[in-house]
Amino acid sequence: MSFRWETIAGLLGVGLVAWGHYNGLFVAPPEAMMGDVGRILYVHVPTAWVGLTTYLLAFIAAIGALWTGKVGWDALVEASVEVGVVLNGLLLFQGSIWAKPTWGVYWTWDPRLTTSAVMVVAFGAIVVLRRMIDQPSRRLTLSAVATIVAFVNVPITYMSVKWWKTLHQNFSSPETVSSTMVTPLRVAAFGMLFLMVWMVTTRWRIGVKRLGEEAAAADMPAPPSPLSLGGEE
Amino acid sequence: MRQTLAIFRKDLLIEWRTASRTVALMSFAFIVLLILSFAIGAESSALQLHAAAYIWIAVLLSSTLLLDRSFRVEVEAGALHSLLLGPVRPAALFFGKALANFVQLLFLGTITIPLVIVLCDATFQGQVWVMAVALILGTAGLAAPGTLYAAMIARLQGRQLMLPLLLFPLIVPVLVAAVKATSLAMLGDPMNQAEAWLVLLLCFNLIYWCLAGVLFGRVIES
Amino acid sequence: MEAVVQTRDLACRYGARWALARVDLEIGAQERVLIVGPNGCGKTTLLRILATLEPPSRGSLTLFGADPSTNALEARRRLALLGHAPGVYEDLSAAENLRVLADCAGRPVPDVDAALRIAGLENRPDPVRRLSAGMRRRLALAVLWIQQPDLALLDEPFAQLDPGGIARVGEAIRNLPGAVVFASHQVRHAALLCDRAILLDEGQIRWSGAADQAEDAWRALHIERGQL
Repeated sequence: MSFRWETIAGLLGVGLVAWGHYNGLFVAPPEAMMGDVGRILYVHVPTAWVGLTTYLLAFIAAIGALWTGKVGWDALVEASVEVGVVLNGLLLFQGSIWAKPTWGVYWTWDPRLTTSAVMVVAFGAIVVLRRMIDQPSRRLTLSAVATIVAFVNVPITYMSVKWWKTLHQNFSSPETVSSTMVTPLRVAAFGMLFLMVWMVTTRWRIGVKRLGEEAAAADMPAPPSPLSLGGEE
Repeated sequence: MRQTLAIFRKDLLIEWRTASRTVALMSFAFIVLLILSFAIGAESSALQLHAAAYIWIAVLLSSTLLLDRSFRVEVEAGALHSLLLGPVRPAALFFGKALANFVQLLFLGTITIPLVIVLCDATFQGQVWVMAVALILGTAGLAAPGTLYAAMIARLQGRQLMLPLLLFPLIVPVLVAAVKATSLAMLGDPMNQAEAWLVLLLCFNLIYWCLAGVLFGRVIES
Repeated sequence: MEAVVQTRDLACRYGARWALARVDLEIGAQERVLIVGPNGCGKTTLLRILATLEPPSRGSLTLFGADPSTNALEARRRLALLGHAPGVYEDLSAAENLRVLADCAGRPVPDVDAALRIAGLENRPDPVRRLSAGMRRRLALAVLWIQQPDLALLDEPFAQLDPGGIARVGEAIRNLPGAVVFASHQVRHAALLCDRAILLDEGQIRWSGAADQAEDAWRALHIERGQL
């Protein structure tokens, strides 16, 4: 099997995530208010950042797809939306298992969790939509349009839900997180990013191959022999 | 512009002609309200507290039927091709249809208010103008992306399933803001929060009417 | 005479199947061209591509001297298509349909009344849903007529009509200004209305020549296939 650059990204990702998680689980101090439960931070926050980045990638790919109409961009839309939905799903799952010991319930209507839920449905619908369309050009156009609209909707949804109810942690940035926790967090975040790059690229290659096969010219039939009208002259 | 008006008038004319379908839609909204009332229970305070939500749930569910029908009319006997070859500019087609859908949704929303007042014993302790603006901006906010997505799925198999799936996640902001604003209008607004929600609705409308208008051309040609 | 339609090596693919291949066509400003061929040979696809409703997968298309993919509206202003579907709103009457479409196309109101008279539908206020197939076809032709196209594309205009209907439609086609491209199974009737004809078979042009020879070509194809 030929060497692929994204394998490096994947390996790097696994390595960084492993280091970050090890550090986060065993070395870094427990979170001031949440105790050990707060260690999920090292998994949850990177998943959130990288998930959003993946959707951003999908948005850019969608614009590219509409602009150029090329299969490569379409495959990238497909790959990044799918990986984004997976990460998004993970995020919701992680959020729920954290919420139970912290707030006593699996679900709360805080802005980020709610926006996440909306996003997973919106982008999941795009995956479903792609499955329903046979014609390649229509599939490209419609899924690209849906991706653009879904992404534009993310900040709007977030703002509206935030105004509606606020419960979540303050936005995690290095200033609000103590310095001993910043490093494993950053490491885990980059690790996650590399993993995402690996996943998207691998999925993209599959997509390009499959869409390419679809688009590949079946041979045009041979030119027909001329028709003789017979008895006419 | 002329084309937008022509299409706007045409859509409303068709709805006027098929008044039985419009009545069916209104009945649907009414049934939704009834079912919600039964499900929540006859206890008056719960009904009254959430009256705003009921209005918007009824409007939202009815919008699926309305939007789907808006494009079925085009595809049914191939009229869409006649329009495209008119030639009608895609933007004109979008705005004409979206405005027609907006007007119909607004009408639908307006008639649910008296129904809700009766069924839920709702009152207006806040400002009525807030209610009116919320209704206008909320239905407009549903109409724009709704028309875009209805066009997208018009020629798809199994399309009736896809419209809610695609549309509902997008209009969550509209739902949240419209219900809040309506609720404040009905139950009173001591801290004057209504304006913030109306501003959100306005922004959503500005963004989506532009975005959908731009993207519609690509969708309709595909 | 400037060519109204010019295609070079036009091809169209649906999945693995080539619906059209190697189609070279040139149609002048007042020419009437008949397309004959068995079912599924690509007549409808060709007409839809000429109408700019579908893009070709390969090859070039020039309409009125320009490439329609860059500016479809310009080309559409000058052409009209009579497709399988009547292209009207079932719930509106004939008159209302014409008024809406004329409005969109920017045609003056008197044209609508004239079109109604030509179609013989001025006394039918019912919605199109209640009209017969023949009347719908006449309405669709009226829609076409209102656009005064420089290029009229007709897909099986005689389908489902009785002899009276066929005669009326034939008359309407005779009165069309501009170039006419017309696909039909009714080879004999259609050939009388056209200058030349082409025979499409499985997406490719097998024969082209004078319209009066179209029937012979049609027969020759069936003989070749062992169907006659």
